[in-house]
Amino acid sequence: MSDKKPISSVNDFVVRFANVNGSGSASANEMFARAILRHGVPVSPRNIFPSNIQGLPTWYEVRVTEAGHLGARGGVDMMVAMNPQTWDKDVAGIEPGGYLFYDSTKPMPSTKFRDDITVIGVPLTAITNSTYTDPRQRQLFKNIIYLGSLSALLDMDPKLIEQLIGEQYKGKEKLLSSNVHALHLGRDWALQNLKCPIGLRVKKSDKVGDRIFIEGNSAAALGAVYGGATVCAWYPITPSSSVAEAFTAHCRKYRHDPETGKAKYAIVQGEDELASIGIVIGASWNGARAFTATSGPGISLMTEFIGLSYFAEIPAVIMNIQRAGPSTGMPTRTQQCDIIACAYASHGDTKHVLLFPEDPAEGFEFAAAAFDLAERLQTTIFLMLDLDIGMNHRLCRPLKWDDARQYDRGKIMTAEMLDEGRDFGRYLDVDGDGIPYRTYPGTHPTKGSYFTRGTSRDRYARYSEEGSVYADNMQRLVRKFETAQDLVPRPLQANAAKPSKYGVIYFGSTSPAMDEAIGLLEARGHQLDRLRIRAFPFHSSVASFLAEHDFVYVVEQNRDSQLRQLIVNENGIDPVRLVPIVHYDGSPITARYIAKAIGDHQDHLKVTPLRKAVS
Amino acid sequence: MTYIAKPKFHHPGLKKNELGYTHRDYEGKISTLCAGCGHDSITASIIEACYELSIEPHRVAKISGIGCSSKTPDYFLGNSHGFNSVHGRMPSVLTGANLANRDLIYLGVSGDGDSASIGFGQFAHSIRRGVNMTYIVENNGVYGLTKGQFSATADRGSKSKKGVTNTDNAIDLVAIALQLGATFVARSFSGDKSQLVPLIAAAIGHKGASFIDVISPCIAFNNHAGSTKSFDYVREHNDAVNRLDVLVGRDPIAVDYAPGTVQVVEQHDGSKIALRKIDADYDPHDRLGAMTFLQKHAAKGQIVTGLLYVDPDAEDLHAHLNTVETPLNTLEADTLCPGSAALDKLNASLR
Repeated sequence: MSDKKPISSVNDFVVRFANVNGSGSASANEMFARAILRHGVPVSPRNIFPSNIQGLPTWYEVRVTEAGHLGARGGVDMMVAMNPQTWDKDVAGIEPGGYLFYDSTKPMPSTKFRDDITVIGVPLTAITNSTYTDPRQRQLFKNIIYLGSLSALLDMDPKLIEQLIGEQYKGKEKLLSSNVHALHLGRDWALQNLKCPIGLRVKKSDKVGDRIFIEGNSAAALGAVYGGATVCAWYPITPSSSVAEAFTAHCRKYRHDPETGKAKYAIVQGEDELASIGIVIGASWNGARAFTATSGPGISLMTEFIGLSYFAEIPAVIMNIQRAGPSTGMPTRTQQCDIIACAYASHGDTKHVLLFPEDPAEGFEFAAAAFDLAERLQTTIFLMLDLDIGMNHRLCRPLKWDDARQYDRGKIMTAEMLDEGRDFGRYLDVDGDGIPYRTYPGTHPTKGSYFTRGTSRDRYARYSEEGSVYADNMQRLVRKFETAQDLVPRPLQANAAKPSKYGVIYFGSTSPAMDEAIGLLEARGHQLDRLRIRAFPFHSSVASFLAEHDFVYVVEQNRDSQLRQLIVNENGIDPVRLVPIVHYDGSPITARYIAKAIGDHQDHLKVTPLRKAVS
Repeated sequence: MTYIAKPKFHHPGLKKNELGYTHRDYEGKISTLCAGCGHDSITASIIEACYELSIEPHRVAKISGIGCSSKTPDYFLGNSHGFNSVHGRMPSVLTGANLANRDLIYLGVSGDGDSASIGFGQFAHSIRRGVNMTYIVENNGVYGLTKGQFSATADRGSKSKKGVTNTDNAIDLVAIALQLGATFVARSFSGDKSQLVPLIAAAIGHKGASFIDVISPCIAFNNHAGSTKSFDYVREHNDAVNRLDVLVGRDPIAVDYAPGTVQVVEQHDGSKIALRKIDADYDPHDRLGAMTFLQKHAAKGQIVTGLLYVDPDAEDLHAHLNTVETPLNTLEADTLCPGSAALDKLNASLR
């Protein structure tokens, strides 16, 4: 008997599924999330999985959030505990008053439960064993059966789930009917044997609107298709592999010549990350739009070539889907920990352009823009996603494309321009923006050819070890980086309702949690202005924002507050005025965490909460 | 690598090829390598081969890594684009360049340090992918720019200039290329221009991964008694299986060698390789036979040269990937971008 009143909430709760990796639960769990979306209720799901193929624990969390909060919330209102291995931890993680759903085929001792939660047992194994003989069917349909039971418990419309099953198994009638049957096995058992619905309920709403549900990696890969990438070279590494796999799938769909069936793209799985970025650089040098996708350890390997890209001024796009480092770190856990490694990648004096999309929609936009930027600036552009955006489905605004848009191929000296007598020096700063003209190989029989090299050279690409020539070149590269400030996506600022001396800077996948945290902080009486950084180099508005506030919190998901380091380094600001708010255990940062960390600091500063001031 | 350009004047009576180019049009900057370096002889052979083939110089992309050998692209085809990338990584850069524009000719120039050590992996993978290129290793068995260390192709038991004996086994890049599926494999000697020039010409005409290992003695650090990569040693131990002529198929082919001693191989581009067989039993179409032949002669301390293997029906990476004939670097938004209507459909499917 529970000594805590069961949680009662409509369209605002967290369900977590604890499964065993390889048990086939992923599709059932994802269907659960999609089914809630079909009710018109926003969801924010997250896959929490081990670096393993079969046997280790895996979790899938669905935050049901009519308010549309897409960051992780923290805490679990209902645990679907399907993994004996993690039982104790799973049960302990349930919020007081929450619910535990489990397979009750075998009785559990009372010590395995808690008094302050509601325990719901469904004999899943018994139901599946009595219905199916094939072991694999028993495993797979058990997942659909618990989905059916949950639909009854949470008051979900079974027709919407049937519709999803129908879409998934379109044309495969046998699979469709057997899945629907399993769904109703679980649903009917729950309706007949349990008190349905429980306190947590899904009620039809209209809060999803026209938003789409897509993984960041897939959206970024689509951005590469729309952005005109024709060459992709990659080496498998979690969590970035699905970028190249999605790019392959998108290209197969959109990029085959209808008449010949031939591919208007080339994808090579390199032998390693070094070869992958080498292929990208070779292709870009020769005028194709090329990219690679990798994660932190891959960036480490690519840094030699990244230096070449910077110094020899060759376009390249690298999609870095960050994971927890250093070294192998936690390959399947999220972080934003490659900021410094990418901003200054390679030896010598280098600076690189970083783009920080907050969600799949920006992942798509920034990926496409990255190719324009790479060619315009003739340098490496990093698209900085992370596992939390990359490998999870996110609700985001629909992807948009302007059909009038043409690719910005940057400064290309053509044969006609050469014939006109234009002075071509590969590293001449003709326009004062630090960006020189380049020619593609094969342009002209007698003009425009040059030797590309990573060694120092003069403005006409002639090898030189003269100190003044080297310094002149390095200064031009600084000018080019300054030019980049106005080409990259600008920061977005949102001010508090009342003027505030305090600000917060954040970026990337932290955004939804930050957006929600602002509300929690306001409820606690703290007002903060917000600046979401979307790119490095920092736009001048970052310096303005810093100047306008006494203290600025920098929220990020790494140990050493790397964005803060970059801001201090690039803006010459007193570090004391930048307060690090860091989260780095590999789980996505939550609004609760941010609000507590900033709120406690604000209290520490003895800021009088506005609420008290008013009263 | 130098900034010293050659003077532009030249003898008005210089012979011209079919395109009207003279040898001078295929030259580059003045070499800064040591006088007598075998690499300069290879440079001369590349110039000769390109002249004879009447290649438009600017339609060649010459790509290298780092090292003495990798400097040499600056010394030939001055009107073509060159790329001196990073140590050992020429193959990946060349692969990318080739994917971007299949219409150019790709010359990859590398060294034994570049290809057999740091770039061994990239060498192997570019070969197995069948990148349409001519991959030349200027092999001197020594690190010249860092003054005399053994490279991975130095034979076991050979001695350095300082008298140190190499105790490591050598990597035979030709054997590796054969094993990896290269469709044109040859070895030559920088001092044997009559063999090397047609080999380079045939390799350029070959559609697929062409590999030529050229023993190229380092005059400064590896041209002494005890070296197996010295001029004297190579001359004494060279065992040529064939000599060849390349016949570009623009004119009727007339082969005037005695029957039984000549084998003609027709390539994709219409060029024909006339092989004057020195070893009458040698079959350049037998990959396994070539591997065995190579090993047997290596055991006897002999350096087998000539065209060791060729597959005239080879396909390249573009064929494997089924890419369009139009160079990828010329495609623009009108043909690459699926457009907003496709995106709207996609959006609808994601709800």
